[in-house]
Amino acid sequence: MAVTSYRDALTQALREELARDERVFLMGEEVAQYNGAYKVSKGLLDEFGPMRVVDTPITELGFAGIGVGSAMVGLRPIIEFMTWNFALLALDQVVNAAAKMLYMSGGQFPMPMVFRGPNGSALQLSAQHSQAWESWLAHIPGLKVLTPGTPADAKGLLKSAIRDDNPVVFLEGEMLYNTKGEVPDGEYTIPIGKAELKREGGDCSIIAHGKMILVAMQVADALAKENIAVDVVDLRTVRPMDVEAISASVRKTNRAVVLEEGWEICGIGAQVVDFIQRECFDDLDAPVIRVHQADVPMPYAKNLEKAAKPDATKAVAAIRKVMYLD
Amino acid sequence: MEALSPTMEEGTLVKWLKNEGDAVKTGDTLAEVETDKAIMELVARGDGILRKRLGNEGDASPVGTLLAVIAGAEENIDALVAGAGGDKGAKPVASAPAAPSGETKAGDDATPVPAVPSESQGDASVPLQETNPPATAASAGEAPSRESPQAKRGSPPPARELPSESTDDPASGPASPAAVVATGGRQRTSPLARRLASERGVELGRIQGSGPGGRIIKRDIESAAAAPPPAARGDTSPGGVDPDGRDAAPPAPPLPSPPSPPPPRFISLEGDYQDIPLTQIRKTIARRLTESIGPVPTFYLTAEFDAERAAELRIQLKELGDEYKVSFNDIVIKAVATALAEHPEVNAHWMGDHVRHFNRVHVAMAVAIPEGLITPVVFDADRKTLSEISSEAKQLAELARQRRLTPEQYSGSTFSVSNLGMFGIDHFTAIINPPEAGILAIGAVEAKAVVVDGRVTARQRMRVTMSCDHRVIDGATGAKFLQAVRRLVENPLLLVL
Repeated sequence: MAVTSYRDALTQALREELARDERVFLMGEEVAQYNGAYKVSKGLLDEFGPMRVVDTPITELGFAGIGVGSAMVGLRPIIEFMTWNFALLALDQVVNAAAKMLYMSGGQFPMPMVFRGPNGSALQLSAQHSQAWESWLAHIPGLKVLTPGTPADAKGLLKSAIRDDNPVVFLEGEMLYNTKGEVPDGEYTIPIGKAELKREGGDCSIIAHGKMILVAMQVADALAKENIAVDVVDLRTVRPMDVEAISASVRKTNRAVVLEEGWEICGIGAQVVDFIQRECFDDLDAPVIRVHQADVPMPYAKNLEKAAKPDATKAVAAIRKVMYLD
Repeated sequence: MEALSPTMEEGTLVKWLKNEGDAVKTGDTLAEVETDKAIMELVARGDGILRKRLGNEGDASPVGTLLAVIAGAEENIDALVAGAGGDKGAKPVASAPAAPSGETKAGDDATPVPAVPSESQGDASVPLQETNPPATAASAGEAPSRESPQAKRGSPPPARELPSESTDDPASGPASPAAVVATGGRQRTSPLARRLASERGVELGRIQGSGPGGRIIKRDIESAAAAPPPAARGDTSPGGVDPDGRDAAPPAPPLPSPPSPPPPRFISLEGDYQDIPLTQIRKTIARRLTESIGPVPTFYLTAEFDAERAAELRIQLKELGDEYKVSFNDIVIKAVATALAEHPEVNAHWMGDHVRHFNRVHVAMAVAIPEGLITPVVFDADRKTLSEISSEAKQLAELARQRRLTPEQYSGSTFSVSNLGMFGIDHFTAIINPPEAGILAIGAVEAKAVVVDGRVTARQRMRVTMSCDHRVIDGATGAKFLQAVRRLVENPLLLVL
């Protein structure tokens, strides 16, 4: 296994899938000549040419629609949004066209396409550019929503997403691109809808996805020093959600903290808690606690931004609380 | 003072039926007690001699009060009697256990032992007041396995301290543990702790929760399960049990657990009704009409039935002999029951978040008694013959007037009728008894001038008014039901088919 960055793992996945299936193409702002705003498509224009790696104007709704149309006629587009904040403009195509096309055409038009790009906050990008959209997107029947938190998951899940015949929303992270991790050599995919137990421990479950996996691992490390063993459940896919994996962990630990980057109300964590109360009611020894962004637009000021974001300190406090340690 | 009705908190001792010194057996009636609903029998829960009567006729005392001591002839009951007297009898203290006659207990004094009534006759301890806990706690007697927290809400597990060294301290009687008191009567327990307690046979009632607000959590169950069992495994229980362990008589009492209450007698079993989810329009109707006219938005449907044939039927039946005599009330009950069976949408209860349509028909009839009124129930009235209904109604009314109805006889109705015809009232409106959705008020049967075939003629007529809960019954629904009742009352032969 080679240690690879999240960015390079994505590039590998794109390259392998572009080579594997000539119906696959990549389209978005700056993806070709500039090698991608975050260099995820580095070298792909040279390798596959301008018919397979396509620059677009700054027209999110327009090129998302071109993607939907090309998927209808048999291609397998990958639509890159420079960030998901910009993708708001394109949501009509994502939600009303891509997600519903197979259903509303009575099965005539499959929609084998991927919408991908960085999601969530980076550092001091302020209110309009620091938002985690997965709960919006996971709300929509017809979409699959993937949130890999590690390079290996990023590669394996992107390949699965490209091969899937349904529209897949693929949420990356600006702060994730430079993170490194071991990535299996050679060809592999990771199944959509399968969570992974990233750390095994019997005392408390922490359930997270995407970038928050990094925080969850810090929490597990910190608590290990106090002899508290934390189960880290990485959802990896938030829709469809792996209820089995969540339940298995909570049945073992009897308590859970749900950690997410986004806001509280109607967040992914709300859904996780719902599954837990339904599936694990008699296993719970404490109410489930959620850790999430403060219920405000992301502040620009550094100190306020830090205060608003979920982090390891807040998650540790939550775990101590569900363990009745405070 | 035993809880003789689900809502009883206090009872008045009406009359002693046994004297001090009488030998009594389990089930013998000791006294009559007036509850909030009726006069009930207080029965002995053990065998022995009625050694001491502590309650006076006419005195009201709270449930749990020591009223009498049944004990073996030679047993020392001084401590018990003194304990009760010192507290004016108000403190819940168990009665003395009595040895089954002919058997000798080595225990030389009859310390109160709030133990469990057990099938073992050898179990000496048979407290008077504990055998029948209030029905609100009845579910707690069952293994509390996968119950919803809601199910637990009204019924904390019966709190029960086992007597240990401090048995002589009256405060250590069957008192609630602190946790219960601290949380306003409701013991908080995590779902996991509740499950573990059930699996490991740990009594939640004797555990102090260490979680927030006294919540019992996993670690509390684990430490309780690890701790040595409480000092009452029978062999160490300080009361009525053979100290040298050699006496042949009693097997050790079973592991103490809450006394099992008599199995609740549910009138309606599963399958007796169908729950109908509320549609939006029904929710809106319920909400809007409640805003307009109080918690039960009632409307009234009045109809005048021709009772000529019913009157003839009565006369003919009476001519056959007194045993065939039926009243208009009986005819109406039978007609209502028959119509209800065809109209489950009226044979219904309003359940707050849904409507319940009953598959069985239990008709309550309002009976006036000097103290007010009570509504005994003719169960499965649709399946009973007119004469069965008639004799049952007569019997129930008589019991009601004597205040000897049991709770089972006046609860569980699905619909009600009220009749003031005998007072000459020709028309009135009755008040719905929630959660029922309707009640039919019956006026007097009188000869009136009506037009039949274009001619004015005198006919026996009866006016009825149905009060309908509009959340359940709409105007047309109620009207169709009344049509059915009319058809039956006006063609009473249909009722004897």
